[in-house]
Amino acid sequence: MTVKKKAKKESLFVSGHRACHGCGMALGVRHILEATGNDVIVVSPTGCLETFTSPYGFSPWRVPWIHHVFENAPAIATGVVAALRAQGRDHTRVVAIGGDGGTFDIGFGALSGMLERGDDVLYICVDNGAYMNTGGQRSAATPAWAATTTAPAGRQSMGKAEMKKDLPEIVAAHGIPYVATASIAYLGDLKKKIKKAMTYHGSRYIQIDTPCPSVWSFPSHLTLEIGRLGVNCGLVPLFEKENGEITAIRKIKRKVPVTDYLNKQKRYRHLFDSEQGQLEIEKIQALADSNIEKFGLLSK
Amino acid sequence: MSDIKVVEGSEAVALAVKACRPHVISAYPISPQTHIVEGLAKMAADGDIDAEYVRVESEFSAASVLAGASAAGSRSYTASSSQGLLLMTEVLYASAGMRLPFVLTGVNRSISAPINIQVDHQDSMSLRDAGLIQFYVESVQEAYDMHLAAFKIAEDPDIMLPVMVCMDGWVLTHSYERVQFVDQKAVDDFLPPFAPEHYLDPATPKTWGSYAESDAMMEFKYAIHKAMSEGKPRIQEILNELSALTGRDNSGLIEAYRVDGAEIILVAIGSVTGTVKDAVDELRDAGKKVGLLKIRCYRPFPHEEIWQAVKNARVIAVMDASFSMGSEGSIGLDLKAKLFGRPQAPMVVDFVAGLR
Repeated sequence: MTVKKKAKKESLFVSGHRACHGCGMALGVRHILEATGNDVIVVSPTGCLETFTSPYGFSPWRVPWIHHVFENAPAIATGVVAALRAQGRDHTRVVAIGGDGGTFDIGFGALSGMLERGDDVLYICVDNGAYMNTGGQRSAATPAWAATTTAPAGRQSMGKAEMKKDLPEIVAAHGIPYVATASIAYLGDLKKKIKKAMTYHGSRYIQIDTPCPSVWSFPSHLTLEIGRLGVNCGLVPLFEKENGEITAIRKIKRKVPVTDYLNKQKRYRHLFDSEQGQLEIEKIQALADSNIEKFGLLSK
Repeated sequence: MSDIKVVEGSEAVALAVKACRPHVISAYPISPQTHIVEGLAKMAADGDIDAEYVRVESEFSAASVLAGASAAGSRSYTASSSQGLLLMTEVLYASAGMRLPFVLTGVNRSISAPINIQVDHQDSMSLRDAGLIQFYVESVQEAYDMHLAAFKIAEDPDIMLPVMVCMDGWVLTHSYERVQFVDQKAVDDFLPPFAPEHYLDPATPKTWGSYAESDAMMEFKYAIHKAMSEGKPRIQEILNELSALTGRDNSGLIEAYRVDGAEIILVAIGSVTGTVKDAVDELRDAGKKVGLLKIRCYRPFPHEEIWQAVKNARVIAVMDASFSMGSEGSIGLDLKAKLFGRPQAPMVVDFVAGLR
């Protein structure tokens, strides 16, 4: 059987991994690979994805996959691309899939280097907004006001004090041809974006909002629902930017207040316990509204 | 055998690397490594070398690019020094663990703070436990020769480890020396293309860099140690082949210089060994029974070969250019550990001769 035919028959990310119940990342990765097809090499930094997919002797990966260390997935990907080109195996594409810790924080230097060189890598950040693999510590991707184990809510703290790093804009400023945001709650949209990204060469970046039942603390059957609420309240704007211009926006059909999104997650529970918290919720609503305004999420 | 030319040490290394036909070169500049990677960059710019040259934003990424390229089945190369080698450290440990056989030149330079660009061995010695094979060279000619062997040793199916050729910054990289080069055809016969059994390939998908629980962890680490310690005869064979290729004696894991009947044996590595040979000659002429033990291959540590060379001496005097803070010199520690308990082992005296 040829490699291509075989791909149509079998999923490229199969059962047997050790993700938590309701993990948005495991779902996302399966669909990412459906969109890329099997002529890919996947690179991942250390993180949840690495840990739950690679217990030695077992693997759900049906594509070649490599993990090296935490902060170097972009450079590993560059090395693979260089080798493929040197060997004339350019038909094989390289996809990096990393969490927000490996992307926003510790791997950011290597990512910026890769983007500046324009290496032919599709870099996908499965963003769950904290270091989940180690128990939910704050990252630069953690949204403001969310409580984490290293930026907890307390008598003098309303959770994370700083805004989420605007990585898609920073990435886009490198002048790469394709940047998009997506959500595992909208898999059709997600796959369409992956497929479009695969039509470009050079560095491309897709950031996928990936709810985490374990650390965001919601019942594990609500993963997709939480993802949808994030998008439809305006906190998670979904867009595509091609060659520096926004070319598509996912419109919100029915806007929901941010409280519908926040009150289902224990990481925001402290906001509902105090008067100060209520004021903070108003700020979160203002943030959502400014996203809606900035991207035109409601306009016809 | 072909050309004899007077070239700078860095150029000799760049020409050796070129002769080895790497697919991928990646580097970040740091003194005194720069002339090597500039030389290779010019070759790439002129189309004289058929390699992807990746200009990265840090040494960390340089080593990472090599790891990715090597896993994908390509021969790859970098060079660095000092802080750059320290920045690579995590990547080098993981690359040894994943058995990725690239080659790097460690251009020896001291470590900050205080910042300084002169040569000592603190940088490469800090990597001695990483699972890299380490050679130290005496001359520009030896630097050229050992780079030819480095890829073959790294890629040997029974070894499969990164190899680091250490050469003293400035003293070797920026000195001009008469160098005899090897014909490309002879190098090609000596070093066939890299053809690893496993590499990243969608036709045979494999999972690389797994999470290993405690039941497997020690097995992986032991496998590295075994590849090194049991790989010594294979390294020796390759060095014999190298000697046949170059017409020079590059054969030993150590070089014992005038040790016959020596009561005192000086031990050193790197460029200082040339000077020590002169000193030994003068002392011998003055009737003193003195010899030199040069350690060419530092990891794996050739303790059996060393024992055979020094067992009849009364005193071994080690000239260390690196130091384990709170303890003593690196080579002195190794020698004491490996000679301890041997009958009538000579006394080891360790001198830290130059942290600059």
